[in-house]
Parts: sequence; structure tokens; C-alpha cells
Amino acid sequence: MEQIEQLTFNFFTETPHISTESRDEIKLELGKFAGPLDLLLYLIKQEQANIFDIPIARITDEYLKYIRLMKSVDISLAADFIVMAATLIEIKSKMLLPREIYDETEEETEDPREALVRQLLEHQKFKNAAQMLYERVTVEQAVFPRGRIESDENNAETNATVFDLLTVFQKILGRHKEEIQLEIEREEISLSDMLKNLKRRILESKELNLLAFFAEMHTRRELVTAFIAILEIVRTESVKVTQNATFGEIILKKV
Amino acid sequence: MNLEIKEKQSRGISEIISILEALIFVADEPITVKLLAEVLEEDKETVEAAVEELRNEYEQRDGGLQLREIAGGWQISTRTEFHEEIRRFLKTRPSAKLSLAALETLSVIAYKQPATIPEILEIRGVQSASAIKTLLDKRLIIAKGRKETVGRPMQYGTSKDFLLQFGLKDLSELPSIEDFEDLTQGI
Repeated sequence: MEQIEQLTFNFFTETPHISTESRDEIKLELGKFAGPLDLLLYLIKQEQANIFDIPIARITDEYLKYIRLMKSVDISLAADFIVMAATLIEIKSKMLLPREIYDETEEETEDPREALVRQLLEHQKFKNAAQMLYERVTVEQAVFPRGRIESDENNAETNATVFDLLTVFQKILGRHKEEIQLEIEREEISLSDMLKNLKRRILESKELNLLAFFAEMHTRRELVTAFIAILEIVRTESVKVTQNATFGEIILKKV
Repeated sequence: MNLEIKEKQSRGISEIISILEALIFVADEPITVKLLAEVLEEDKETVEAAVEELRNEYEQRDGGLQLREIAGGWQISTRTEFHEEIRRFLKTRPSAKLSLAALETLSVIAYKQPATIPEILEIRGVQSASAIKTLLDKRLIIAKGRKETVGRPMQYGTSKDFLLQFGLKDLSELPSIEDFEDLTQGI
């Protein structure tokens, strides 16, 4: 599995060190606690407390103790743990307020712990769902379909890439070099207009030849806008970039 | 011309089943009933009945292969029981498992799609940016456009590869998220 190299630093001595663990994985630093909700749930179990009646003062103290014990933690995760600490302290202080005063200021007399309990239960549901997914993928890895038959379509060489896009773009730019000398006033077309136009064209005809689309552009500026619009549409919409042959024309297709 | 039509009409169910099997065998991806019907020039009901019959045949034969519905189409694949021998032959190992963080993020996206990063954070209590990157790299999720709300966050949904890799016919085959509630009561 690929791992992202990134900077983490020691939470307390602030000695930076490179860890190869990815940001969401903190097994090295934290054992089995993947996040603040996991730590909280663990503490509640540890105290054998009822999740619907969390002894908030005790749990908050325990939680803060654990946070202090954490030797080194990824900076982005540390933030999540501290947010939870703040939430706990807020709930704790609300619980300390006499109920009557609390009733007057707030319209609903909701238990201050309620939102947290709901979040814990919701989180637990998805943890169970993740377990189910884990089992499914494990079973599925024992199933093999027939090996691939090589055809033009699945041949990596004929799959268009960003670089192919760039090449087409440069071709068009070259073609426009002489023509733009007479440009007097420029009509500007915004990126969102271009995107709308592009979307409409693809929807209308299901596919769009990039060469033809670029050929419709009049100025360098329009070409750049068109190019950005294509990158954007490939990124955000169900649009596929295909090429029928090596160095062939590039077609945008609705998936 | 006349001959052709006659030939088509005289095609019995067993012949249709044989052709179906051949088509499903050569298809690179799970092949839909719609596509099968188009190629065979038969109506969907006939094809559905035939493919169901073919599945029965596979089950009764109890051989090394299975015919199943996955990611909206039909596919012939090996049965799970023989994975060790197959791996020994192919000299492959199971690909790396997703991390717990990635699986958790994936389960939120699968059930809440289209889901945004803030929505995932709300449930997981952790920033999930790198888990999302992993899932995008593995093509298990895809961007589904931006949500028209504060910050216009990107929305994510599961892909066809997700269905394939998790052996799902379609998203409705996922157990209801409420089914996982019972398991939480024990805390």
C-alpha cells in the first residue's frame, strides 16, 4: 500500500521528525485509537459507564490525562483530539450550572451530553459498517474473474492522459499564432460560461471531439479558458477522455 | 433475409443460454442484461430467464466457476473455495487491505452519498483528507460535483469499482445502516 511521507511532530518537545505513516493512521503513536471518538468510547467502556449517562467529569479528566500522555501525534489529528477535549469541558461546565438557571436561558432543556451521545452512537454504527465492508472485501479477494483480453480500449497506451491533452492544446495554439495579430478588442468568456457551453455540448451529442472544440476558439484567452474547462469537467463530472488510437484524436464522452 | 428471420425464430432457450454463457465469458466487465438482449436481439425477459437458468446450471454442477450478478451485470468467476490454489498458480498475494481509517471513511461515503468532507468529519470526528485521497487513488470513490452550501465542498460517492471490489450487485445490496444499531446497544 502506498504511504504518504509527511511531517509529524512531537506533541510536547516539538522535535519534528518524519513519519511514513499516513495522516489518518496513527497506530504507531496511539495504539488502537483512530480518533477522539474511539478514545472516548474506550474510556467509557473502561469506566464501565452507561453511554446514555456518561459521568462527564470523570471521563473528561481521563480523556485529558490520555491527551497529555500522547508522546507524539500528527498535527492535524492533534487538532481533532483537542476539539473533543474542548467539547468535553464545555459539556462539563454546562452540567455544573444549576438546572433552573440553565432552564431559563435555554428554551429546550436538552441534556448537554445528548449531542455527544448521538455522535458516539452514529460513529459506532459506521464502525460496524466498516467491519462489514472489511469482511466483504476479504471474501471478494478470493474470487477471480477471467483475465483481461487485450484490446484497444484497455491498452494503456491508447488511453489519453493530461499530457495528450496538452499536446492537442499546443497544436491548436500553434495554429492560432498568426491569426491573432489582428485582434483589436477582446470578448471575454468566463470559465463558468465555457463550462456551461462544454457541458451542453457533451450532453447534446454524448461525445465531443476536442480538436473540433478547440478549433472553435478565437483567441488565446478563449483557448486557455476552454482547456481549463475541460480539465474541470473531467475532474468533477462523469466524463471520460478517450482516444481511439495512439496519437489519435481525443474524444470527451459522457459516462 | 427470410432465412435469417427463420433462423432467429427457431433459436431455442438452450441455444440462447449457450450464447449467453459465451458472451459473459468473453466480456471484460460484468455484462448487463440490457446489453446481452441487444446482442442477442431477444427481449429482456427472455434473457433474464435464460441467465437465471444458466446460474442454476452452474450451481447444480458445483464446479470451479460461479455465475453471479455484480456491479449491475453478470460475471463468470472462480469460486472462493479455491483461492489458495489459484494464488499459488498466479503467484499473487491478496492486495493490501485498506486501513481502518479508509474503511470507516468509505462506509460513511457508501451510506451517506453524496457526502462532503465536513459531513464525514461530523461522523468520524477526524479529518479524513488522506483517507479520501487513498480512496480516490484506488478509484473506490469519485467526485460528484460541489454542494451548493458554505464553502462549496466537493461531494463524493462510491464508484463501480467499489461494487466490483466489494462484490455488490448494486448499492441496495448493502445492509441497512440501521441494522448496525443493534450491535451498538451492547456498549
